[in-house]
Amino acid sequence: MERLLSYVDAIREATDQEMERDPSVVVFGLDVDDPKAIQGTTRGLVEKYGPERVFGTPLSEDGMTGVAIGMAFAGLRPIHIHIRMDFLLLAMNQLINVAAKSRYMYGGQLQVPVVIRSMIGKSWGQGAQHSQGLYSFFMHVPGLKVVAPTTPYDAKGCLIYAIRDNDPVMYVEHRILHFEKGPVPEISYTVAPGKARITAEGDDVTLIGISHMQLECLRARYYLESVGIHAEVIDPIWLSPLDTETIAESARKTGRLCVVDNGWTTCGAGGEIIARVLESLQGKRELRVRRMGFAPTTCPPTPTLEGLYYPNARTIASAAYSLVKGDDSQWLPGERKDLQEIEFRGPF
Amino acid sequence: MSNVSLNERLYRSLYRIRRVEETIAAIYSTDKIKSPVHLSIGQEAVAVGVCEALKPNDVVFGTYRSHAAYLAKGGDLKRMIAELYGKVTGCAKGKGGSMHLVDVAHGVMGASAVVGTTIANAVGYAYALKLRRKDSVVVSFFGDGGTDEGVFHESMNFAALKNLPIIFVCENNFYAIHTHLLKRHKAANLCERARSYGMPAEQIGDNDLFRIHERVGAAVNALRSGEMGPFFFECPTYRLKEHVGPGDDFHLGYRTALEADSWIKNDPVKRLAEMVEHPRRRQIEEEAEVEVRAAFAFAEESPFPEAEELLTDI
Repeated sequence: MERLLSYVDAIREATDQEMERDPSVVVFGLDVDDPKAIQGTTRGLVEKYGPERVFGTPLSEDGMTGVAIGMAFAGLRPIHIHIRMDFLLLAMNQLINVAAKSRYMYGGQLQVPVVIRSMIGKSWGQGAQHSQGLYSFFMHVPGLKVVAPTTPYDAKGCLIYAIRDNDPVMYVEHRILHFEKGPVPEISYTVAPGKARITAEGDDVTLIGISHMQLECLRARYYLESVGIHAEVIDPIWLSPLDTETIAESARKTGRLCVVDNGWTTCGAGGEIIARVLESLQGKRELRVRRMGFAPTTCPPTPTLEGLYYPNARTIASAAYSLVKGDDSQWLPGERKDLQEIEFRGPF
Repeated sequence: MSNVSLNERLYRSLYRIRRVEETIAAIYSTDKIKSPVHLSIGQEAVAVGVCEALKPNDVVFGTYRSHAAYLAKGGDLKRMIAELYGKVTGCAKGKGGSMHLVDVAHGVMGASAVVGTTIANAVGYAYALKLRRKDSVVVSFFGDGGTDEGVFHESMNFAALKNLPIIFVCENNFYAIHTHLLKRHKAANLCERARSYGMPAEQIGDNDLFRIHERVGAAVNALRSGEMGPFFFECPTYRLKEHVGPGDDFHLGYRTALEADSWIKNDPVKRLAEMVEHPRRRQIEEEAEVEVRAAFAFAEESPFPEAEELLTDI
C-alpha cells in the first residue's frame, strides 16, 4: 500500500535521512530551530542532530550564504533555508559570484555542494515582497542547478539528489505546494536532473506548469476536457539543467505549447523553454506557442487584484483553447467548485 | 640561533615575494601576462608575518591583492605565474587569473574580485573546522575597503557568536582604490568595531613584521590550545604601486609621494635585509632569483588551455 506524505513531511524526511547517512550535512537559516520549524520541514532535526548541525542564524542572508560556501569548501554539505525566495536577493553576490563560479574559476580545485532552499509565497496578502518566483535569475547563471519540485515524491527525491550533488542547487518550494499530499516511498531515492515528467497525456495541446502552476495546469486539463480538448501536461521538475527533449517531443505531437510560469514572463523560464523547443523543432514542425505568468506588475495583496495577477486553471484553459481553436475563438470556462484552489489562510 | 633562523625565514619569504612582484611589474608591458594585476609591493610584510605563524594545514582566504598571501602561505610559484600568463599549468588552469589564486593543497582557499566576499567564506570554513574538532585555524585577509561592506559585519558577528577558530587580518592600506578611509568612515577605528562584536582586537602598525608574526602566532597558539576565537588584527600598511597595474600613481593626486616617504624609508625588505648576515643573505637572494626565473620560464613554456577547457568544471 502506498504511503501518503505531505510535501512538508517529504522534505523533512529527505533531510533527516541524509543527515543520518552523512554527518557532513548541516541545516541552517532564519528560524530553522524555532517552534514553527520552517512550516514543519525541519521539525525534530535539532533534537536529533544537535545545535551544531541544525541552527537558526542572525538575519544575515549575505553573510550566511558566504558561510555556507565556506563550509562547503571545507567538505560540509550545508542546506541553507529561506522562508521566502524574496530574501535571496540579499545573497546574490555569494550565490552568483562565488557559489556558481568557484569550481570553474579555481580550475576544479574547489567545489560548492550547497543546497539553497527557498519558498515562493502566494495569497492571503503575501504582497510585493513575499510572492516572487525568481528562479529564472538563477537559470541564467552557469554553475547553478535549479529545481522546483511540485509533488511530495519529487520534493523528497530532488532534495536528496541536491544534497548529494557536488555543486550548488537552488531548491525552490512553493508555500501552497506544502499542503499537497502524495505517495512517497519510505526508502531513500533520488530524482535526478535530465527528465521532465509527463503528468497527464493528451494530443491537442502541451501545457508546461512550473512549480505551483503545475497544479493549475492539471486543473485546466479538466476544464479543457469538457470542451473535448485533450491537454498533455508536463512538469519540468529540474529547470536547470532542463529536459528540453521531453517537452519538444510533446510539442511536436500536439503542435501547440503553452508554458505557465510561476513568475513574470519577460526573460523568464517560459520564454527560455519555448525558445529551446522552437530551436529544436524548426524546420520540422510548425508550432503555436503561448507564455503565461504573473501580470507585469508588483504583486498586490488585496484579493480582487491578486486574483487577476496570477494565471489560474480557467485562464490557462482559455489560453489553451485559443491555441487549439485559433485566436478568434474565445472561451472562459465557468468556475467548478471541485477545481478550486485549496485556500491558504494566513498569517504566514 | 632561533632568531637567526626566524630572520632568515622571514627574509626569504619577503624577498621572494618582492622579487616576484617586481618581475611581474617589469614584464607587464610585454602583454605576456593576460590578467589585471594588483601588486602587493609595500604590503608584503603583513602576509609574511601572518603566514609564517601558520602550519601547512591552516588555511587562508584572500583578496584580489593576494599574490603575497598566496606565496607566503606556500602557494606554488610556478603555477601562480602560469596562471597570470593564462596557461593550462596555472593554479586554476588559466581560468581564474591573478584575482582568484588558489592552491588548496597548501591552504590557499581562493580570493575574490568582489571586495569583502571571502570574509564570509573564511568564517564558514572555520565553522566546519570547529564542527569537526580540527585544530587547524583560518585566516581571513581583507583590506580596509572590505570593512565597508555589509558582509564584513555579518561575518564578524557570526564568527564571534559561534567562537570560531578564525583570525581576521585587515591589511589597512588606507585606500579603497583612490578613496581614503577617512572619506568613507566617520569613525575610522576598525579595532573598536571588531571589539564591539565581542572579540579581542589589536592594531599593529608600521609594517612591523616581527610584531605581526609574534602577535598572530600567539593567537594561533591560543586557538590551537582550545581558546575561543575569533581574533582581529588591523595591520596598517601601504601600497606603493597603483591600485591595479605595474606603475606608480602619485601623479593622480589622490595621495602624495610625501605620504609614501616614511613607508619607503621603513621598507621591511630593506630593514630585514640588514638583519641577515651577508653570506646567508646573498644565498637567500640568489636562490629566490633562480626560483623566480624558473617560474617565469615555466609559464612561458607552458601551453594555453585547449578548447575543451572552456566547458570543463562549470
